[in-house]
Amino acid sequence: MLNTKIFERSAIGRLLLADKAGSYLLMVLFAAMVLVPLCNLLMPEGSFLHIPTYIVVLLGKYLCYALLALALDLIWGYCGILSLGHGAFFALGGYVMGMHLMRQIGERGVYGNADLPDFMVFLNWTELPWYWYGFDSFFFSMFMVALVPAALAFVFGWLAFRSRVTGVYLSIITQAMTYALLLAFFRNDMGFGGNNGLTDFKDILGFNLQSDVTRCVLFALSALSVMLAYILCRAIVSSKYGRVLVAIRDAESRTRFMGYRVEHFKLFVFVVSAILAGIAGALYVPQVGIINPGEFGPINSIEIVIWVAIGGRGTLFGAVIGAVAVNYAKTYFTGAFPEVWLFMLGALFVISTLYLPKGIVGVVKQLQDRRAERNAPTSQGAQS
Amino acid sequence: MSAVVKSPGFHSSELQSMLYLNGVTKSFDGFKAINNLSLDIAPGELRAIIGPNGAGKSTMMDIITGKTRPDSGEVRFRDNIDLTQYDEADIANLGIGRKFQKPTVIETLTVWENVELALAGNRSVIRALWHKLSSEQGDRINEVIKLVGLKAKTSELAGSLSHGQKQWLEIGMLIVQGPELLLVDEPAAGMTDQETMETAALLKEINREHTVVVVEHDMDFIKALDSKVTVLHEGSVLAEGRLEVVSANPRVIEVYLGR
Ligand SMILES: Nc1ncnc2c1ncn2[C@@H]1O[C@H](COP(=O)(O)OP(=O)(O)OP(=O)(O)O)[C@@H](O)[C@H]1O
Ligand SMILES: [Mg+2]
Repeated sequence: MLNTKIFERSAIGRLLLADKAGSYLLMVLFAAMVLVPLCNLLMPEGSFLHIPTYIVVLLGKYLCYALLALALDLIWGYCGILSLGHGAFFALGGYVMGMHLMRQIGERGVYGNADLPDFMVFLNWTELPWYWYGFDSFFFSMFMVALVPAALAFVFGWLAFRSRVTGVYLSIITQAMTYALLLAFFRNDMGFGGNNGLTDFKDILGFNLQSDVTRCVLFALSALSVMLAYILCRAIVSSKYGRVLVAIRDAESRTRFMGYRVEHFKLFVFVVSAILAGIAGALYVPQVGIINPGEFGPINSIEIVIWVAIGGRGTLFGAVIGAVAVNYAKTYFTGAFPEVWLFMLGALFVISTLYLPKGIVGVVKQLQDRRAERNAPTSQGAQS
Repeated sequence: MSAVVKSPGFHSSELQSMLYLNGVTKSFDGFKAINNLSLDIAPGELRAIIGPNGAGKSTMMDIITGKTRPDSGEVRFRDNIDLTQYDEADIANLGIGRKFQKPTVIETLTVWENVELALAGNRSVIRALWHKLSSEQGDRINEVIKLVGLKAKTSELAGSLSHGQKQWLEIGMLIVQGPELLLVDEPAAGMTDQETMETAALLKEINREHTVVVVEHDMDFIKALDSKVTVLHEGSVLAEGRLEVVSANPRVIEVYLGR
């Protein structure tokens, strides 16, 4: 009794009571966070309750994508900033994590060099470049996971928003940004492993990355991150700041004439979104075991937009649902009919923009409304 | 009703003019939309601006509010603030509010939320994140919503309002913003005769505490305002004075009234 009262009065409690769909989503995520690792670790293999490790890893990947989709929906759904370069922030977070994991390999690399990662030995480098310093430390690395994407987003956003680049032009330059990074990271002399990227990771904080327990912990952390990010995003969009974002999305110049510094409002949300994308990348890399320049690919960034569009833009939970649903479909189709997946994705996107402008979430809501309408007269009849 | 419309007040004795334009020129691709325009609005004044389509009325407002930069000329607010040095947000915070020709409200927010966003106060990101509405602010919002006749629509989306109601909502947003100078572009467009007269009365009411510049085509509305009138034509002032006087001016009849 007491506990529920405290919950109802707390800031988070009030937020969630007003957001039913979000509460369901959080419950599902919480259940997954607890049950998936339990079913993997405690259920005997062969039991129908057993979840094999490869499924745990796959689900963990989906959750990283869900976090990335949340990040995009925050800026696109609520502020109208259609970033076609959000994959870049994800990849940067991933590279930062990759650098830390590379340093953790130590002398267990193929060349047995304790000071240099294998690819540097291969390139005949003799010294660690200065920008690799500090990545031995886990805490420094986690700090950089947030800082690197944030710094890029800050500089990029400051230039773009101050010059009032909006709409298609902004989308194009974000796409150019990720493409430029793709080309840069392909180069061997950048010092990030060239086109092979960073891989052959051994462990994290001393725990073997291949072990089931580590994988389950990473999965649970991914679920937890999506939950926390969801609550953070919900808090942001429910605040007055969130309403200013919507005002900017729908009537940017009106918002300026009300006296709001539109560029500051955009910059803040863009940086927050980039940090979330970076965290998603950092969780992704230890689970898939590799990060390479392909993650900067322009198509990757466009796919994120498709997840959000299909799930339902501007709802937050739609982004999570869209990311998981589309990636589940992707896993299935790339396995069953690899040639058709890209066409499928394109078709899904076209269909969803033409017929389901509010995505899966919109369809569900429509069905609910229709059912409520149909039930309304009967319930009145029952009352009279 | 007068208690409802409050503002910081302009009654400082030394203030000469609220808004002063001198020799302002602005061309778009060689076409002079504003041509050597001069205008002087006194503190507390209600000024009506009329003129044919394309006379440059909206462009003039763009220049005052920082949306468009003039090629040359002076634009001063409260005697000595050079408005050409500031952008839209600065100018809004200096105390100039604007209603657009096409009613512009945030359609996906409710009437209440629209007014809340416009409510005077700190405009920083941090404050918006931690914003908590005080009960006085809440009262103020409700008061103004009532004043503009939208009480029954308080929690409806602004997008569901009629054209005329959107105009009123936007005027309400202007009032809570608490500017010293209000620029109101065609507030009666799309309104019934009755609504038009109510709008004129509302603007006169607002004028008790604010300086108001209003652009309109509706002559009954202008008549109801009963104020000094400026006739704009081809980017400059053609005539200025009481409505009876300017409407007797043969040039004004030729370019505007006689059509
Ligand atoms: N950004 C712009 N680029 C090019 N031409 C413009 C621009 N803004 C205004 N004009 C031109 O300047 C002239 C004045 O336009 P303005 O909108 O100020 O007229 P107005 O007096 O408000 O007319 P109306 O009564 O139709 O609202 C018009 O010929 C218009 O086409
Ligand atoms: Mg106009």
